Amino acid sequence: MMGFELVRRAAPSRRMQVLAPLQAVLLTLMAGLGLFALLGQNPMHAFHEFFIAPLSTANGVSELLLKASPLCLIGLGLAIAYRANVWNIGAEGQMYMGGVFATGLAIHFQESWGAFLLPAMIVAGMAGGMLWASLTALCRARFHASEILVSLMLTYVANLVVKYLVFGPWQDPQANNFPLTVEFQDNALFPLLAALGWEWFEGTRLNLSIVITLVAIPLAWFFCQRTFAGFQLAVAGVAPAAARYAGFSASRAIWMAMLASGGAAGLAGVSEVAGPIGQLNDRWTPEYGFTAIIVATLARLNPLAVPVAALLMALLYLGGESVQIGLQLPKSISQVFQGLLLMFLLGSEVLVRFRLRRRHPTAHAAPSASVSVATAAGEKAA
Amino acid sequence: MTLSVTPLVASAIAAAIPLLIAALGELVTERAGLLNLGLEGMMLMGALAAFVAITHGASLPWALLAGMLAGAAGALVFGFLTITLQASQVATGLSLTILGAGISSFLGRDYVGYRAPATFETLPIPGLADLPVVGPLFDLNVLGYAALLAVVGVWYFLQRSRLGLHLRSVGESPAVARSLGLRVNRIRYGAVLFGGAMAGMAGTYYALAQLKMWQEGLTSGNGWIALALVVFATWRPGRVAIGALLFGGVTALGLWLQTVGVGVSTFALASLPYLATIVVLVSISADQQALRRHAPAALGKPFFDGD
Repeated sequence: MMGFELVRRAAPSRRMQVLAPLQAVLLTLMAGLGLFALLGQNPMHAFHEFFIAPLSTANGVSELLLKASPLCLIGLGLAIAYRANVWNIGAEGQMYMGGVFATGLAIHFQESWGAFLLPAMIVAGMAGGMLWASLTALCRARFHASEILVSLMLTYVANLVVKYLVFGPWQDPQANNFPLTVEFQDNALFPLLAALGWEWFEGTRLNLSIVITLVAIPLAWFFCQRTFAGFQLAVAGVAPAAARYAGFSASRAIWMAMLASGGAAGLAGVSEVAGPIGQLNDRWTPEYGFTAIIVATLARLNPLAVPVAALLMALLYLGGESVQIGLQLPKSISQVFQGLLLMFLLGSEVLVRFRLRRRHPTAHAAPSASVSVATAAGEKAA
Repeated sequence: MTLSVTPLVASAIAAAIPLLIAALGELVTERAGLLNLGLEGMMLMGALAAFVAITHGASLPWALLAGMLAGAAGALVFGFLTITLQASQVATGLSLTILGAGISSFLGRDYVGYRAPATFETLPIPGLADLPVVGPLFDLNVLGYAALLAVVGVWYFLQRSRLGLHLRSVGESPAVARSLGLRVNRIRYGAVLFGGAMAGMAGTYYALAQLKMWQEGLTSGNGWIALALVVFATWRPGRVAIGALLFGGVTALGLWLQTVGVGVSTFALASLPYLATIVVLVSISADQQALRRHAPAALGKPFFDGD
């Protein structure tokens, strides 16, 4: 920070709370142009291929929604958990278990449950995600183990559970030893929107599971802003001591945060296996559970901003696929962009709580507390 | 059964070494008060850098240097965001893991499946290496011996050197440390960079000593296990070594059971290290008082040098 120094603001800047994510997106786009140039691509052409081309067809837009939907769902759950300062980073594993539970019903009760199969799968998937999350909640609430490490370890375990199932008891005998289950019948799949008579969606893979996400958005907002439980969670996150003093149980906050985020991740798992995938296999998720961490952070844990962040991250996925086909660049470029975006965001957020000040040539020593408080107060008065 | 103990120990140690290296680096970082969850990402970046270097004709020492520099570069980003820009340590560490995994898989695409032209081979110490049970401790590669020396080195640095004392005081109370005239941020940057270089070295071990080839995500979560090891060791280097051996032992046991062919799924055996991590975390964390006694008091808390 040559020539500049940070000065703490008296209060967080509202303007920067909005501008910081925008600045991060802008910086990521600029870094993207630079990266494409480094790779020997025409930056503007690559930029078009990555960010514009995927959205230029109806099919592209529906693919965007198809990817944004699970990201949004998981992101909403994580936003609730992170508000409570419960760092569930194992949504990926909870999503796996949602998929596993739903698949269990789909392949065992395909014939007998008729029209009740899909609703049962939705409930089972949600329960699967909650169950997996509850292991972390138990370790954290009862034994004080770090929820970060436990939930992540359980993600690796969940991945192995899926592998065990699709290589073993659930493997389709006709699959030539490929690790996948039988394809689900229609009563175990979300109906396509196209099949419901919406012509615009003709030929797209968009399905009814998006309704779950659309309902979850206002629900999550209502929970966070208008319910006492949501308030308790937020207090537990921001001021644990105050929460204790007010008699809010810390372990209840942990349980609620983990169950909400686990349930949402489980639902996302159902919407994938009973949606575009239509079966369970060993590599069905492009790490939505991890990307949703970025979604929640980018949305600054605001449920109403989560859908926007989810659309943006979905675009990064689509862009990666687009440049893989169009420019023969590795698809993992999406992950680079995701990481960069999060980094830029974290760097930009500094301006919410601090402002930059040109360092005075003579005052090279660290400013004393009284000076910066005085300037901050003076700025407020001005 | 008795005959197979020595190879079991050998494979336990082989699995323990990279965990030990990464955990020792993280331990120093955390003793300075910073929680860097980006271990996995820095390890992957280090692994790729070392592999790319060796593939393009660098010698082993240069490849190791490349790996350590790549890890340190990741750590520098972490340091800049958390120390200078006051970003959340947890979020920054996570994003470093995401970015490191992304960059290594993006840049490593052309190297997938290639074998490393030169690798770190074991250098047995004559006489000692043939001892039963403990023999494998004297049959390590350079990185293995370096890891064992690093245990002693880190212990000596933290407990016996002046700079180590400064580092620990920065991790306990940065405000007090600064009022005593210590350059808190400079010490923290140093600790973070050391952690990054060690993570890069651990990554190099996976690429050039263990797998001897490039594979996407070749660290398979061991960075996170190393993070848990630091907690398990209650931030003490000697215990990190014991913990690393224990985890290596669990991994080795799983592999051994697979070769023996017990009637358990290979996937269940592969999940052993992760489950062991959870069990260990739960058992060590249940005693909050003991944990608090040993944890650096300022661990994970932001410190602003300006007010």
